Amino acid sequence: MTTGRRVLVIGGLALATLGMLYGLHYAVFVEHQTLDRMGGSLAQAFLNAAGRNLPGAHQAIEAYASTKYDYVRQVDIHSHWIGLAMLLIILGAVFDQVALSPQAKTWIATSLVAGSFFFPLGVILQTISHGAEWASGLAIVGSATVTIALGAVVWGFARSGA
Amino acid sequence: MSTHVVSTNLTETFVPMSARRLLIFGGIALIAGGMLFGDIFAIFVLHQNGGQTGQALLAASEAVSAGNALAVKEAFQRIGGLLEDHGTKVDTHVHMTDAGYLALLLALIQPYVALPPRRKKLLAGLFIAGGLLLPVGIFLIHYIGLAYSPFSAIGWASVLADSAGAVLILVLIAEGYGFWLFLRGNDSGREPELPADRTWERRVLLSGGTLLILVGFLYGAWYAAVDLYRHEARETQILTNMLDSSAGGQGGAVVAVANYGSLAAERAVKIAAHSHLIEFGLLAMLLSFVQPYVGLSDRWKRRWVVMLLLGSVILPVFVLLEMNFGLVAGGIADVGGLLVIIALAGMLVGVLRYSGSLDLGDASS
Repeated sequence: MTTGRRVLVIGGLALATLGMLYGLHYAVFVEHQTLDRMGGSLAQAFLNAAGRNLPGAHQAIEAYASTKYDYVRQVDIHSHWIGLAMLLIILGAVFDQVALSPQAKTWIATSLVAGSFFFPLGVILQTISHGAEWASGLAIVGSATVTIALGAVVWGFARSGA
Repeated sequence: MSTHVVSTNLTETFVPMSARRLLIFGGIALIAGGMLFGDIFAIFVLHQNGGQTGQALLAASEAVSAGNALAVKEAFQRIGGLLEDHGTKVDTHVHMTDAGYLALLLALIQPYVALPPRRKKLLAGLFIAGGLLLPVGIFLIHYIGLAYSPFSAIGWASVLADSAGAVLILVLIAEGYGFWLFLRGNDSGREPELPADRTWERRVLLSGGTLLILVGFLYGAWYAAVDLYRHEARETQILTNMLDSSAGGQGGAVVAVANYGSLAAERAVKIAAHSHLIEFGLLAMLLSFVQPYVGLSDRWKRRWVVMLLLGSVILPVFVLLEMNFGLVAGGIADVGGLLVIIALAGMLVGVLRYSGSLDLGDASS
């Protein structure tokens, strides 16, 4: 088994396990509470408005938006880690058909694994500080790395006539 | 590191009741089942659920106008139930399909898992069982709720789903351990790797799948850069306007609720297009490995391949067009999903035919 394939399969299995562990932890300890908080804030906003307390209603809407901002990203990290892990394992199985030098393939495999880890990590880090540029930057760099590396794989397939 | 064997005899890679065979059968069945569920959900539940949620939100706005806190609470109880109904059904579809993908992936890496055949078969059985029970548990969450549950927020259906999820994780860890043993040179349970054939079906599925994934990535990046933050800001603005106009007795709640529904629809179709492009790309790549086991004529194998890729393009494109052409585009998207399901079923029949002829051959010899 070549180094590139090994990196992709090990990286994929590790990322799938990590994504599932995160999903299990999230489902058991976080999700229900987050959904309750989100629904509670929105209901509270309407109740405040019904009581003609508009500043309170606006505050509750802000709380709802903030919780939903976190919720969307927390769910995204689970699905993106597992989805990218599946892609890594599949590419590991067909990597011999990529017509590029072994060194280039090792770099591509490493980039795919690194990008697949850091892109969702950047997304979840946005919840620590909403709109944090460093977290968005990490997500952008991670996703760009995966996309460019996948483009290189497509090019390698095209060269081999696969 | 252990060496692996590339088989020149396809039958050696598809031994009766082997882990690989179980994972391939179970994987395709889970994917087809998950997609069928998704199509049924899209046709019979999705739009109706959205309409009812909009009505409940309008009722809440009217209750705000009337200053009726009790009616607001009732409306939100309804909204909570509708959102749970919608969310658990989407999750059922996603988790069943993804468990099927993972089963096919595990079938692919079996030659590199250095564990005894009986243990591999046990792991495969556990994975398929977990992959089935996880979506079943998720589906039941809305119907069972907290009945007879000793926990404050988690019901028995959630316990079933979480336990099934834990089984999947344990199987993955065990498969990872087997892979680690393989890398350390352990030859236990060694089985031949699939021959690297370059048939038309395999090449088209591989290149088509990779292209679909790349397009899905680029569209996802576009969505994150252009739409994500704009949608989040718009939602807050619409809700604020809805409450201000309702509390001020100015009317306009109907327009605000319509805007909210339109935003939710726009967000849903864009995310669905992104995720379906990538999932169908993965599916096409995975099915390229199964092609040697599809016991059909080349003509029929190609028909299923073309149908699968056609459906994989039609569904996300027409899901996106729903914003402009409404239910007509939605109907065409559903037909796209149906094409993928039919192609999958056709391939599954081919695999069954192949394994049947193989077993009959074994029995006669």
